[in-house]
Amino acid sequence: MIWNEEAECMSRDDLEELQLKRLQDVVKRAYENVPYYRKKFKDMGLSPEDIQSLEDIEKLPFTTKDDLRQVYPFGMFAVPRREIIEIHTSSGTTGKPVVSGYTKQDIELWSEVMARGLTMMGINEEDIIQNTHGYGLFTGGFGVHYGAQKLGATVIPISTGQTRRQIEIMDDFGTSVMIFTPSYGLYLSEVAEEEGFDAKNSQLKAIGFGAEMWTNEMRQEIEKRFGAPAFNMYGLTEIIGPGVAVECKEQDGLHVAEDHFYPEIIDSETTKKLGAGDTGELVLTTLSRVGMPIIRFRTKDITALRYDGCECGRTLVKMDRITGRSDDMLKVRGVAVFPSQIEKALLKIDGVEPHYQIIVTRPQRLDELEVQVETSPQLFSDEIKEMVGIKKKIESYIENEIGLRVNVTLVEPKSLPRSEGKAVRVIDKRNLH
Amino acid sequence: MKIKQISVFLENKKGRLWKALNTLGEGGINIRALSIADTSEFGILRLIVPDSEKAKKLLEENNFVVKTKDVIAVELSDQPGGLSTVLKMLNDSDINLEYLYAFVHEKKDKAIVIMRTDDLDTLIDTLKEGGASLVPPEEVYNL
Repeated sequence: MIWNEEAECMSRDDLEELQLKRLQDVVKRAYENVPYYRKKFKDMGLSPEDIQSLEDIEKLPFTTKDDLRQVYPFGMFAVPRREIIEIHTSSGTTGKPVVSGYTKQDIELWSEVMARGLTMMGINEEDIIQNTHGYGLFTGGFGVHYGAQKLGATVIPISTGQTRRQIEIMDDFGTSVMIFTPSYGLYLSEVAEEEGFDAKNSQLKAIGFGAEMWTNEMRQEIEKRFGAPAFNMYGLTEIIGPGVAVECKEQDGLHVAEDHFYPEIIDSETTKKLGAGDTGELVLTTLSRVGMPIIRFRTKDITALRYDGCECGRTLVKMDRITGRSDDMLKVRGVAVFPSQIEKALLKIDGVEPHYQIIVTRPQRLDELEVQVETSPQLFSDEIKEMVGIKKKIESYIENEIGLRVNVTLVEPKSLPRSEGKAVRVIDKRNLH
Repeated sequence: MKIKQISVFLENKKGRLWKALNTLGEGGINIRALSIADTSEFGILRLIVPDSEKAKKLLEENNFVVKTKDVIAVELSDQPGGLSTVLKMLNDSDINLEYLYAFVHEKKDKAIVIMRTDDLDTLIDTLKEGGASLVPPEEVYNL
C-alpha cells in the first residue's frame, strides 16, 4: 500500500515543478522572516527572485550545524514564537544544541512523511507499534509516534530501556512492529532469549531501524532473530526528525520525501554538486516547513541518490543507506560523539596530555568505546590504586561530557601515533561500511 | 636510612619490560632489586639501582614516565618466620604498607625486604624500636 499515492508516485516533471514552486516559496520566506538568511543572501548579492529553476539552488548558501548553533535558541524561526507548538533539540553534545521549532503545520508535515514511511514498511492501522525510541527532546520517539497516530495504528510509547518490560509487553500486547536502533534490537533479542520469549515466532511483521549506522550482516542477524524484515528510517532534528527518508519493501535504499525535502549530493571538499548515483555528502533543503525553513543543510552524511525508479511503484528518489560521515562524528550506541568532546574532557584534568586515541569496537552486540590516554609524569604514581583512581577519574570526566561510559586505557608517553597535519584520533573497528 | 627507588610506568604490551631494562643495560646501570606490580592494562616496574638520578634520566630520554620514591630496606634472617616478625611490628603499630618486595642478599645469606608506606619516618622508628635491622642505602646500592 502507498500512503499518499499522488505525492509518492508523481511523475518527475510534475515533481520538479512542485519542488521549484516550493523552493521559491521557502527562499522567499527565509529571506523575509529569518534575519540570518536575509543577511547571508544580501552579503552574497542574492535575492529570492534569482531562483528561477531548480538548478538555481546552487546559488544559495549552505547552512551548517555551526550556523544553527550561532543563532541559538530561536534565531532560525521564521514565525512568531507563539506559533511554534513544539520544540526539539539535537543532543547538544558538541556545545549548544540545535533547536528545531515546529508549527502546527510542521507537526502535520512530520506526521505525514512518517506515516508514508511506516506504510512503506507494510504497516497499517491494524498494527501495534512498540516504539523504543526515546521520547523527549530527541526527535526519534515523537516522529515515529506522530506517524503511527496519523496512520491510525496502535502505538506503545514505551521509550528506551526497561528491557525486560519491553519483552513482557511484546508478548502480552502482541506487538507487530518494533522500532529500535540495531544495537538495542540485538540486546533485546538476547534478553528475550533469557526470558524464554521466542521473538522469532512472535507476531512481529516489521522492524524500523533508526539513528545508527549498520551493516547488511547486522540487518540479516536482526531479521533472523526476530523473524521479521527490518527497514531503515532516516532523519535529522535540523530538518524535521525521522521520516525524511524511509526504506520500502524492496529494502534497497530509502525513498526521500522529495516533495518536502530537496536532496542534493555534493563533494564535501569542493562543495561542488555531484550527479545521480555519485557518492558524496547529502544536502537537504526543507521545501514546506513553516516554523524553521532550512536552506541547503550540510548533513555530513555520506550517501548517493538513485533515480532509477522502484519496484514498489514510488517515483521518489532513493538514497543509499548512510555509509559514513564527512566529519569526524561517531555514532556510538546511537549517540553522536565527536573526538573534540573527549579532548575537552581530557583538558579539564590536570596532568593529562591531549594525546589520545579513540577506539570503537563492537565485541558482542553493543558498541564499546575505548579511549587511550598517554600517561605523563604528573599523572603517574607508583601505586596501582592511585593509577586505577586516575583512570576512573578520566572515565567519569569523559562520561560527563559525552553521556556514554567509556573504558580508559593509560598508555606510555609518546606511544600514540603523531602525524603531521590531522591526527588520527579515531579507530573504528566496527566495520560498518 | 631512606633508599631511592625508581618506578616506571609500563603498558601491558609485548616488549615494554625488555625495552626499559635494555635502556638501563645499555646505559651501564646494574639493577640491585626489582619488582613489578601489574594490572590487566598496565604495570609498574620498581627498581633499585646505584645511581637513580642517572637511571631516571636515561629512561625519560627514552620516553618512559619515571618517579623516584623513598623506600626502606629491612634485613631478615633467611629462615621461616623472618618476615612475619617484622610485619607484626607494623601490625601492632597500625602501619599500613603500600607495598613490599623481597630478595636474598647472597653475600650475607640474609633476606632483604623493601617497604614503602606513606609515612616512612614512623615506619623507620617503629622498626628500630622493634629491633629490626635496617639496611643503609649504600649497602643496598652496592649489593
